[in-house]
Amino acid sequence: MEAQNAVMDSPAPSLTPSAAVEQGALTPMLEARALGKSARLPGSELTILDDVSFQIQPGEAVAVVGASGSGKSTLLALLAGLDLPSRGEVWLDGQALSALSEDGRARVRAAKVGFVFQSFQLLPSLTALENVMLPLELAGRDAPQGPARAILGRVGLGERLSHYPRQLSGGEQQRVALARAFVTNPALLFADEPTGNLDTATGIAIADLLFELNAAHGTTLVLVTHDERLAARCGRRIRLAAGRLVSA
Amino acid sequence: MNAVAIRLGLRMLRRDIAAGEVRVLLAALVLAVCAVSSVGFVTDRAGRALGLEANRLLGGDAVLRADSPLAEKAVREAERLGLQSAQTQSFPSMLRVKDSLKLSEIRALGNGFPLRGSFMLSRSASAPAATATAVPDSGTLWLSRAGAQSLGAVLGDEVVVGERTLQLVALVVQEPDAALDYFNVAPKAFINLDDLPSTGLIQLGSRVSYRLVVAGDAGAVEAWTASMKADLGRGQRLESIQDARPEIRSALARADQFLGLAALVSVVLAGIAVAMAARRHAAHHLDGCAVMRCLGAEQKLVLAIHAGELLWLGLLGSVLGLSLGWLLQHVLGLWLASSLGLVIPSAGWMPALHGIGVGFCVLLAFALPPILALRRVSAARVLRREAGGLEAGAVASTLAGLAGLTALLWWKAGSVSLGGVVLLGIVATLAVLALLALALIATLRLLRGRLRGPWRYGLANVSRRAGTSVVQISALGLGLMAILLLTLVRTDLISRWQQSLPVDAPNRFLINIQPDQIGDVRDQLLAAGVVAPELHPMVRARLVAVNDTPVSAASFADRGERAARMAEREFNLSSVPTLREDDNRIVAGDFWNAADSLQVSAEPELSVEESMATLLGWQVGDRIRFDVAGSTLDGRITSLRHVDWESFKPNFFVLVSPAGLADLPASHISAIHVPASSPSLTDDLVRRFPNVSVIDIEAVLAQVRNTADQVATAVEYVFYFTLVAGLLVLIAAVSATQDERLLEGGVMRVLGASSRQLRMAQLTEFASIGLIAGSTAALAAALISGVIARQVFELPWQPDWRLAVAGAGAGMLAVTITGLWATRRVAQVAPSVTLREL
Repeated sequence: MEAQNAVMDSPAPSLTPSAAVEQGALTPMLEARALGKSARLPGSELTILDDVSFQIQPGEAVAVVGASGSGKSTLLALLAGLDLPSRGEVWLDGQALSALSEDGRARVRAAKVGFVFQSFQLLPSLTALENVMLPLELAGRDAPQGPARAILGRVGLGERLSHYPRQLSGGEQQRVALARAFVTNPALLFADEPTGNLDTATGIAIADLLFELNAAHGTTLVLVTHDERLAARCGRRIRLAAGRLVSA
Repeated sequence: MNAVAIRLGLRMLRRDIAAGEVRVLLAALVLAVCAVSSVGFVTDRAGRALGLEANRLLGGDAVLRADSPLAEKAVREAERLGLQSAQTQSFPSMLRVKDSLKLSEIRALGNGFPLRGSFMLSRSASAPAATATAVPDSGTLWLSRAGAQSLGAVLGDEVVVGERTLQLVALVVQEPDAALDYFNVAPKAFINLDDLPSTGLIQLGSRVSYRLVVAGDAGAVEAWTASMKADLGRGQRLESIQDARPEIRSALARADQFLGLAALVSVVLAGIAVAMAARRHAAHHLDGCAVMRCLGAEQKLVLAIHAGELLWLGLLGSVLGLSLGWLLQHVLGLWLASSLGLVIPSAGWMPALHGIGVGFCVLLAFALPPILALRRVSAARVLRREAGGLEAGAVASTLAGLAGLTALLWWKAGSVSLGGVVLLGIVATLAVLALLALALIATLRLLRGRLRGPWRYGLANVSRRAGTSVVQISALGLGLMAILLLTLVRTDLISRWQQSLPVDAPNRFLINIQPDQIGDVRDQLLAAGVVAPELHPMVRARLVAVNDTPVSAASFADRGERAARMAEREFNLSSVPTLREDDNRIVAGDFWNAADSLQVSAEPELSVEESMATLLGWQVGDRIRFDVAGSTLDGRITSLRHVDWESFKPNFFVLVSPAGLADLPASHISAIHVPASSPSLTDDLVRRFPNVSVIDIEAVLAQVRNTADQVATAVEYVFYFTLVAGLLVLIAAVSATQDERLLEGGVMRVLGASSRQLRMAQLTEFASIGLIAGSTAALAAALISGVIARQVFELPWQPDWRLAVAGAGAGMLAVTITGLWATRRVAQVAPSVTLREL
């Protein structure tokens, strides 16, 4: 069964998030503590994020929403440890990311985190299968072909294994990206406007697939979007405006 | 508007350099200018050094030689032109010191001689030799050191010259104008020209050589030689620097041409790097140009600004390249001066102009087309990024590049055909390397399935950008191949050639053995362990007539300068009863029969070396007349011979059947191998037979080898430019894909790749490119050296695979280090870059 959770320190998927919060027994999967990010400009300082704090519990699906320029992408970069905050801390599954080196953060990502991007970001030199195998190989797992083939079959691309990204449509590329994100059974999945570059019908199909896989893998989902309908499919919304948390 | 464009262009260049945008372009340009100008500087300086040397050999800037007294006109003309002048007269005569009497060459020196160079004199047994400041004082005489020894004369002795008795006051250690003349062993005496009449030696019919030497301003010297040339009398000859050592001068011209063409190979590669970098540069400026167009800038202004930037870039590149080139030649000059023991004058400014010309030629041919395409950018790009993408007409760019290259090669090769051949050669080599690279990239695809993660990604990059990979591999391959080829040819072939020399190859020549000494010399050699020494008679003769028609140098003028010189100089005739067949082969006619050839009554037979016969137009059956010290030798050519000169045994252009030389004055020559066990052999010989001279061939060989090494070093240094240019192509290709690499590196980081894993991916990519470039280069170099071995050196060829492997390894290392350096940012950049729109 693919619903099995391979990550050892993840919670049992049967536990509902709200129940977990009420019990207060678990470490949050993700926690922002007074997070702030500024950019130095000649003569002044531009604040992009200011004093953002929240917790996301294991198994939760949370949408980060806000207008363009509200700091969504910056927040995502900080939460995933792709960038370091100017102030405050990010805790991912009980680990402070700011205490880790860039390579240490990469190891955390390889072990626990999956990604889906707006512009797919498949590596053009690798086939669909090779793209999906890559995160397994980077994490040093043996026999990466089996799981990669299986999940590509699961997203409906079992016949397109040896195709290069340029030979696939946008929707198909995003399916490969979903397969790549879930193949490691991540504890935490970040999705950055996953349907932003797709037409409405394809976007809905990809969103369906995303939530389906998410449910099946019991993954904690952080989804950045300005599409309110997509956000509505998540259990909780974190709203940003001008770099500040409006509602969590 | 032009001023605006130039100012804007300069501002843009400053910004682009600060941003690292045009650094590759600039580096390629600097390399091209540096390669061409440093080679130019060095050959220019070598040419000037040779000019100085030639001047020393002449004793002045130009010389008028005559066999009768010179007319006052030549001296007056020199005075009129403000030239210094000096006269000398020389002739053979007997010298007597006490009881010793010897045929010597007397040289009477007029005041001021030499105008260039100087005599080195030893004035006492204890003091070191010093430069002479004037000609011998009246009443005194100098002797060549060897001459004094053979006469048994010491400083202070009275020397009888004709009717005069002069005092020996100095020994000449070094003459300003003595060419390397191994065979001239007669004593030389130098006296003051004013003393000459009182010797009573100059009589009607005396064989005197009169010389007028002039020196001064180059233009005046040219004017003087031109006016002398206009009415050269009979027996008069003009020599100037241009005529001196023509073989060295033409060798230098060939070296200049060859090194120049070799430098152009790196210019071609630098051009490719410039073209790649210019495309990226233009692509980066698209948006800016679209905005300018949108704001109402005319095409002309957009073009002027970017062309202006290009011109500034050209200027900057030229200045940097020239400075580097100058520094490099300065260092090389110091090295050359110390290793050749020469004074090397500084370089002229022509090579600098050539360097700048080449720089701008490369810039215009390779960088201009994509920049020109910028003016066509659509203003609509401001709204829709996809609009108005830029494609410099590929055909136009290629044509411009090829036209520029052809012009450069044509200029350097000096002829359309040679330029064409070189261009074809470069293109063909690149094409072969490209095909090999394609084949190897296809093989890589098979390997890829077996590799994991980062390694697979690295290999995948090589085959994804197959076009770019092929360009990089071919460019790098060309550079590596040139260096490997040179190494193979130099070390491998030269050492094999030496191995192919027999161990007992002669290492000393003994010359000037007199007929009455033959038996004693042979006995002494045999006693010292020399195996079967051969002594060959040698008779000096002058060519007088061919088929009863009198000849002079002029008769051979239409056969070229070499033929004329050959006909004019003295021939060394020898004789053997039977042909030595290990290094002589008859190619036409028949060699004489040993028994018949001793018949004095028969007409002497001649056997002529084939290349000389070809040069002078002689054939079997021709009748040749020589003058030997006043008597006539008439002979008929009965055979032509091919001679293997590398046997290091004495060989002669003309052999005469034994009876023909029987009564003529001959000295003898022998080539022997002095065994290491009896090093004192030659010393003992010379002590017993002082007239015998010994030439150490080992020393001559060492000199030849040394020269070959120096030439190879010069060529090697030019080929290093080619390798650097190949690496620049790699850097240009990497930076052209830098944005893609940064983005993909970011994706890998997001997926959890550590920086070590990213570096592994890059390592795999560049190591494969380096391995392919190195192995194609090694393969090509091994094949070409095989052709050279067979065709040029006529040696059996065994490929040196160890060197090929070493070359491939070195190539791999160079490419990997350069590639990792060029992509260092990819592993350093924060992965959040993937979330931003690029």
